[in-house]
Order: sequence, then C-alpha cells, then structure tokens
Amino acid sequence: MTELSAHLPQFQHGQLTENFPDNHLSNTNDNSERRRHDNSERRRNDNAESETNGQPQNNMQQVVEQDEEDEELTLKYGAKHVIMLFVPVTLCMVVVVATIKSVSFYTRKDGQLIYTPFTEETETVGQRALNSILNAAIMISVIIVMTILLVVLYKYRCYKVIHGWLIISSLLLLFFFSFIYLGEVFKTYNVAMDYITVALMIWNFGVVGMICIHWKGPLRLQQAYLIMISALMALVFIKYLPEWTAWLILAVISVYDLVAVLCPKGPLRMLVETAQERNETLFPALIYSSTMIWLVNMAEEDPEAQRKTSKNSTYDKQGHHRTSTLLYQSTPEYQDWSATSPANQTQNEGAEADDGGFSQEWQQQRDNRIGPIESTPESRAAVQALPSNSQTSEDPEERGVKLGLGDFIFYSVLVGKASATASGDWNTTLACFVAILIGLCLTLLLLAIFKKALPALPISITFGLVFYFATDNLVQPFMDQLAFHQFYI
Amino acid sequence: AFFWLVSLLLASLIWFVSVRLSDREDAKLQYGLLIFGAAVSVLLQEAFRFAYFKLLKKADEGLATISEDGRSPISLRQMAYVSGLSFGIISGVFSVINILADSIGPGIVGIQGDSPYYFITSAFLTMALVLLHTFWGVIFFDACERRRYWRLGLVVASHLLTSGLTFLNPWYEASLVPIFIITLCTGLWAFFTAGGSFHNILKCLSCKQEDDSRVMMYSALQVPFED
Repeated sequence: MTELSAHLPQFQHGQLTENFPDNHLSNTNDNSERRRHDNSERRRNDNAESETNGQPQNNMQQVVEQDEEDEELTLKYGAKHVIMLFVPVTLCMVVVVATIKSVSFYTRKDGQLIYTPFTEETETVGQRALNSILNAAIMISVIIVMTILLVVLYKYRCYKVIHGWLIISSLLLLFFFSFIYLGEVFKTYNVAMDYITVALMIWNFGVVGMICIHWKGPLRLQQAYLIMISALMALVFIKYLPEWTAWLILAVISVYDLVAVLCPKGPLRMLVETAQERNETLFPALIYSSTMIWLVNMAEEDPEAQRKTSKNSTYDKQGHHRTSTLLYQSTPEYQDWSATSPANQTQNEGAEADDGGFSQEWQQQRDNRIGPIESTPESRAAVQALPSNSQTSEDPEERGVKLGLGDFIFYSVLVGKASATASGDWNTTLACFVAILIGLCLTLLLLAIFKKALPALPISITFGLVFYFATDNLVQPFMDQLAFHQFYI
Repeated sequence: AFFWLVSLLLASLIWFVSVRLSDREDAKLQYGLLIFGAAVSVLLQEAFRFAYFKLLKKADEGLATISEDGRSPISLRQMAYVSGLSFGIISGVFSVINILADSIGPGIVGIQGDSPYYFITSAFLTMALVLLHTFWGVIFFDACERRRYWRLGLVVASHLLTSGLTFLNPWYEASLVPIFIITLCTGLWAFFTAGGSFHNILKCLSCKQEDDSRVMMYSALQVPFED
C-alpha cells in the first residue's frame, strides 16, 4: 500500500518545464533544480530555491554563468551527497538483513498476498514459471492502476483523498506492522512481555512517528522513522512474496520505473509536469531528502490571515506548509512565505487581509521607527522579481539529494531476499549490497550529468540481480572450494 | 570493491566453465583446476586494479579541471591507499565472513582430521591479505604513475606468490610465516614508496614537543592594558 502510494513525485518549485529536456545545464533559474519523483527519481537542489510564483524567469544570462558554477559545485559536492544517501540506504539494509537473520518469522512461508494469487509450489518447473509470471503481471498491473489513479486524483485536485490515503497507510505501517514486528522479535528472544507494556510502547512509537513524519519533528528522528517504515515494508514483501515472483517483480518494476519516468506519456512524468504547471509543491510523501531546502516563495495571500480563516490549512507558526510529509529530510524544509498551495487558492477571502505576513505589532513598530511605509503585493512582487543572490551567500553544503522511499524498499527487498535464500549466504548478501550502492553512485553521477529527473531503480536493481545470480551460482562454489582447502586468492 | 567483485565474478565464471567441461570424478584434476582458477583470479584482480587506476586517473583529471585551484582535491596517493584498502576489505570479507558465521554455531573444529587451528589461522591470513592488498595498491598506483613497470610485475608476482603459499596450507609454518614476512617487506616498501622515511617518522613523533614550545610562547604574552 505504501509502496503504491509512493508513486507521488515530489516537486518543489515552479520551474519552466520546457527548458528542462532540452538543455543539460539547468537553465530555468539560478538554482539548478531538478524534478524528482519519489519512487524512481531523485532530485538535487544545488542552490537555494527561489520560488517566484510563476513569474517567468527573465535572468537567463545570469543563469548561464550560474550554471557553470553550478556544475562545478555539483560535481564538487557530489561525493558528499552520495555519502548522504549511502548511510540511510545501508542502515535500512542492515535492519532488514539483521531481522531476516535473527527473526525466523520473516522467512517462514505463511501464505501469500492477494496480489499474488498463484502458488509456486507446483509439480513442474514450467508450471512454477508460469505462475510466477502471472503473479508478477498482476502485481505490476495493480501498481500501474494505482499510479494512474493517483495521477487522475491529482489532476482533478482531489487532494483530500490523497492525504487520507497517505495517512491511512502510514498509520497501518506505524502501528500494525510494527506491532507484529515487535511481537516476533520478542518471540525470537523469548522475552516475557505483557499487553499493557506493549500497548504503551506501540502507542508511543506510532504517535511520535505520525507526528514526525506528517508534521514536525527533529530531523534525525524523522529520518530514523522513514528508515524503519521502509524496512518494515520491505520485510512484508520479503515474507509474502514467493521466490521467483519476487525476482520477477524486481526486474519488471525497474523496467516500469524506467518507462514511467523517462517516457513522455509516462504517468509519473505527467504527474511531475502537472505539478510544475500548477507551480506548487506536490505532497512530499514518501521521499527521503538529505539536506535543508530553503524555499522562498512569494505569498499571494497572507499566511497569517489564512491561519485565522482556514480550518484545514496545514500551516504552522512559521508559515510552513506541509501537505503530507512522509519526507525523509536531513533538515526541515523552511518556507519564508507560504507556497501557493491548493489550499491557498480556495481562500480568497483572506486576500483582503493580506498584509504581507507582517503582524500588527511588527507593523506598529516599523511605523514608529521609519514611518508608515507599506509594502503592497505589487512591491513585494517586484522585489521578488529581482534576481535573488541568496544562493551565492548560502552555504553550498545545504543542498540535498532526494530518494524515494520506494527505492529504499526495493533495495532492501533485494538484499533481504539475497540473505534469506542464497546458498552463498553472506557472500551473496555483500555482493548485492555493493552492487546496489555502486548502482546508486552511477545513478547520481548520471543525475549530475543530465540534470533531470532519473529513475533510481533500474541501474541498482540490474546490478543487484546480476550479482545475486552470478554470486549465488558461480562465485559461491568457487569460494566454497577455496575455503575448504583454505586457499586464499 | 566493485571492481574486485567483478574480477572475482569473471574468475569464478572461468573456473565454473572449466569444471563443467572437465571430469568431475577426478580429484587431482579438480584440485589442479582449483589452483588454475586461483591463479586466473589473481591475474584478473591485478588487471582490474590496473583498470581502476586508469579510471581514477581520468577522474582525477576531471576533478582537477573543475576545481578552483587546478588541483584535484584528492591526491593520487590517497586514491591508491583507498583503492588498495577497499580491495583488501572486500577480499578479506569475502574470504572470512562465512567462516566467521560458521564459527558462531555449534561444532568442533578439525574433528575430521583437519587442523584444529583453522579459525585462528584463517583470521591471521585474512589480516595479512587485507594489509597486503593495501600495500600492493599503493605500490601499484605509484608504479603505474611513474611507469616503472618492473615494480608492477613485482607486485603481481608477490600476489601470485602469496596465493601460492596458501596452497601449502595445513602446513602452517611454511605458509603463514613467509606470508607475514612478505607482508612486512611489502609494507616497508609501500611506506617508502608513499614518501615516508625515517626522518618523517621522527618528525611525527617529535611533533608534540614543537607544539608545546609554541604553547609556551603564547602563554608568555601579556594581555595589553586598556586605558
């Protein structure tokens, strides 16, 4: 479920889309911004994003010079971002492998999901192959249908439905699946426990998780929660997907990822483009982001007035706007002004009270000091239209990479399956781990080169699958023989 | 690490194919094929180390051109060290992790007549191998950089020699001791190749005294009086 709702691209700022595919240098804005899609794309914000609310970018020359600098900065700081992604991916895999190795529940066959109705315990190999192909086909079509449903919902602005969906799925993960996980861990280590303690623990875990993920919380805690729910989801997949089906699904989903992100009519690409046209941030659901993103948006309406008038806007005190944030961030998103979100546009009644976000007390103070100078929306717009130099004074370390939680999940599924079912055991697990990390590295390199949204699954999963089958069948007998005679190579 | 894995993959592919094509029953032949496989693997590892060197050289040039002061942020020596270390780590891990995993479980070592020192010697051999890979990496890259190919040949030869010594394995005196001697010598060679010297060591050890004297100087400063 979470995986299916993971097909939500993340898009932060309005960027002119037509420039992106043409030019390698991101030239729409001072900030080299890239689209990203949670499940398959990554995006990197090289500089601070300055959102200019759909005003056309009229600083092309500055952009070109900025681009060359950006490219240098990109490559220079690329290694840091790679490491920033390696750590959580590794942690997720470590959690999954540790669980698989110790808790036998997740390797026991207890039935299958309804998405994979055909059993794999058949008499002939051909029958098994056919069943697994059918299972994979059903699963993939479910995923495709869900993605298209999501795109349709987004296109027709049914945001509440999507929010509800996301909240339900995160509730399920945080409470139900972690309850099962805790139960199994206790069973494995034979720990005596009573229901009241368990209820307290799960309640606290779940509530803090919901708050951290959907609202605000310390960054590290949020990251930890996102890793945990990815690991839980991966464990569920490992348990309930039969052997051949799992490998086939991994292969097919990386092909689907490639198609959906890069083809012009792919659903994910359409989603991203729709978000760009509307110049709004998509719900940053199910995305891991590794650094702080400074979003400076010009408000068309006053956030404070809206806070008073609106009941269902999700602004908090500093004008943060989070639609739903299953977002893995290393530092919180900060928005100076509220984004022109969908919730905004329904509240035109707040427009009269638009005082630019300055509270009454502040205005009085200002009037006392420098005289009554009001900033009007027009003046603010004019100021905003000036090329912002904020990114040059910004710390270049504060740029991030984003990776979808779906990517985490599938990487962990691959490594987990390798550790669960490989005859080479640790050798295979390690080989898959290295392969996936190298694939991630290559993908980030391609991102730095092409500067557009890229799917993160194909390269890593391909390497992972190749290494799994090769190590399991070729390297394992070789190393086994060598170890038997205690030869070293 | 990835490069080492690919080399291992190719080597085991070759071994696997050769085993498939050969007679399974003949133990001597299998043994011979195993040795052949090991030798092929060593050669492939060195070949991939060379390929990695080429790749890093290219990357180094790229980094140098785009950096602010025209020099790349990492020196070639650091890259050599890292490459050797990662080859060593992945090689060591692949050799020893299954043994470690088995060593937790219940069992008696050497009950079938093999040596009871299997685990401890495996540990020492792995350590030696990791260190050796690191040293070979440093020497290899330096040799490629300065085009002293005889050093390259010497590295490959010593790798082959080390691997060959492990074939003597239950006879640990003949295998472990020479391997450690080789490790020491290679280590010293790598140290001198990387620019170390006795002078450097002394300077490093005496660094602390220099700092102390500076501290003494600062504490002798007076705080200026203010009017």
